Amino acid sequence: MALTRDDVLHIARLARIALDEAEVERFRAQLSGILDHFQALAAVDTEGVEPTAHPLPLANVMREDAVQPSLPRDEVLANAPLAEDGYFRVRAVLE
Amino acid sequence: MTAIATEYEVVIGLEVHCQLKTASKMFCGCSADYSGAEPNTHVCPVCLGMPGVLPVINEKAIEDIVLTGLALNCSIAPFSKFDRKNYHYPDLMKGYQISQYDLPICRDGWLEVEVEGERRRVGITRVHMEEDTARLLHRVDPVTGEPYSLIDVNRSGTPLMEIVSEPDIRSAAEAREYLVRLRQVLRYIGVSNANMEEGDFRCDANISVRRRGDTAFGTKVEIKNMNSFRAVHDALVFEAKRQIGVLEAGGRIEQETRGWSDERQATLSQRSKEHAHDYRYFPEPDLPPLRLSAAFVERVRARLPELPAAKVERYRALGLSAYEAATLAEERPRAAYFEQLVAALSGDEARRAKLAANWMLGEVARWLNANQAEIDRFPLEPAALAGLIEQVASGAVTALVGKEVFDQMVASGESAQAIIERQGLAQISGQDELAGLVRKAIAANPKAVADYHAGKETAVKFLIGQVMRETRGRANAQVVQELLERELKK
Repeated sequence: MALTRDDVLHIARLARIALDEAEVERFRAQLSGILDHFQALAAVDTEGVEPTAHPLPLANVMREDAVQPSLPRDEVLANAPLAEDGYFRVRAVLE
Repeated sequence: MTAIATEYEVVIGLEVHCQLKTASKMFCGCSADYSGAEPNTHVCPVCLGMPGVLPVINEKAIEDIVLTGLALNCSIAPFSKFDRKNYHYPDLMKGYQISQYDLPICRDGWLEVEVEGERRRVGITRVHMEEDTARLLHRVDPVTGEPYSLIDVNRSGTPLMEIVSEPDIRSAAEAREYLVRLRQVLRYIGVSNANMEEGDFRCDANISVRRRGDTAFGTKVEIKNMNSFRAVHDALVFEAKRQIGVLEAGGRIEQETRGWSDERQATLSQRSKEHAHDYRYFPEPDLPPLRLSAAFVERVRARLPELPAAKVERYRALGLSAYEAATLAEERPRAAYFEQLVAALSGDEARRAKLAANWMLGEVARWLNANQAEIDRFPLEPAALAGLIEQVASGAVTALVGKEVFDQMVASGESAQAIIERQGLAQISGQDELAGLVRKAIAANPKAVADYHAGKETAVKFLIGQVMRETRGRANAQVVQELLERELKK
């Protein structure tokens, strides 16, 4: 399944990755190859098979609504490149 | 409405996000009650989106959303799952939000609304569970002038329900009514404070217009940024007019998102999105699915209280007016007080309901208004108030004295009986006792007597007032009137 250049640019944008022209072509070929690989699954007859939501045979894994201690704030902010007044500080991002 | 506007039909669907009142967050044990908390103090590796952590579902949140679904007449899915909704924004710590895509917990419900006497059901497409995002504050660097954002992660991961209506709403007034009824139900069942100003009840709207009689929908526009019921109403009125204006001018409606501006009283295009969202939903691999058994659903259903619409019906069946029934059922604590009051009175139920309603909407409402309070701060127990109501209803004291005793009871906490006995406030109905007072009033007010004889009937009222003043309101007004008329006709 051959991806187009636009497909690759769209995927790169969603992942917030900047690609140069050579990379676009390289990933176009690689991603197309991966999709082709998975095309093998299309040969399986899935008639009457329920879609799988989760690979483990588990359901209803829940916890009681009880409050546990949170982290001390200096630990919360320890990895932040920038913090201010107890907040994380980031460049303004407009949607 | 103008002639042109009436040729069009407005079509509205609402999306409400509502925070649940759980103690802990949706997928971790951090406290969900972050109001007033210092920023980033209700935070742990899970809600921070640290690598390698695992979310675990809060069972109370699932119970609450099922309760909500039942209250909104939804069917509860025996099988549902969570999905990842992927997008990049600084309020999303993991780069995705855990939400539900194709298998929400509740679907196909309805909520009844009534506008201008017409009752209609607004369909509920679905109610699904997700997690709230972090809160952003936008600032400008005073030195460089550069805008930046501050992030408080306390809200991140708190349980959020999304309630999506069908495009069944046909006016801004109906949209507001839907929100009022929805908030009422959410408060009744106790799952949320549903306070729009506090941000735990948020509404986005989809709105389109079409010529009356058309069956296809017009192009819809999404409206955001409405922070009050009034804003929702005004934004929808504005947007319907705008769309009709565009169509009448021969233009086309663009599918877009617009923000409501309270300042400008207008919806403004948020044309920043060049690309349509591509959320790449996929099943959340960190959470096994939910299989909610019939037994689980029935256990939750047992928590379902009588809902406001049912209460209104029941109160009306007891003989109360539509206004009385709706006002008493408006809030659950108020309805509970009313019902306890009815239970504490004697006689047949219709009589008790009428008496209780009169006092609740009269003296009790007056006290609550004057004290800017809700019923939970009203100092009298229903049984104590019932004691007073019986005294007035039986004629043991007059209505006028009843009001005075009410004020004293609220102030002192003493019982009606005790106040009436101690202060000798019992109604005077005895003819012998009142006859003297009546003759005295006649002797002291020759002008009123002359007026009466000149055909001025209202002069009797004045004379009754004099006897009332003399007895501090204790005289039986009917007996006094009879005595006065007998004396004056002599």
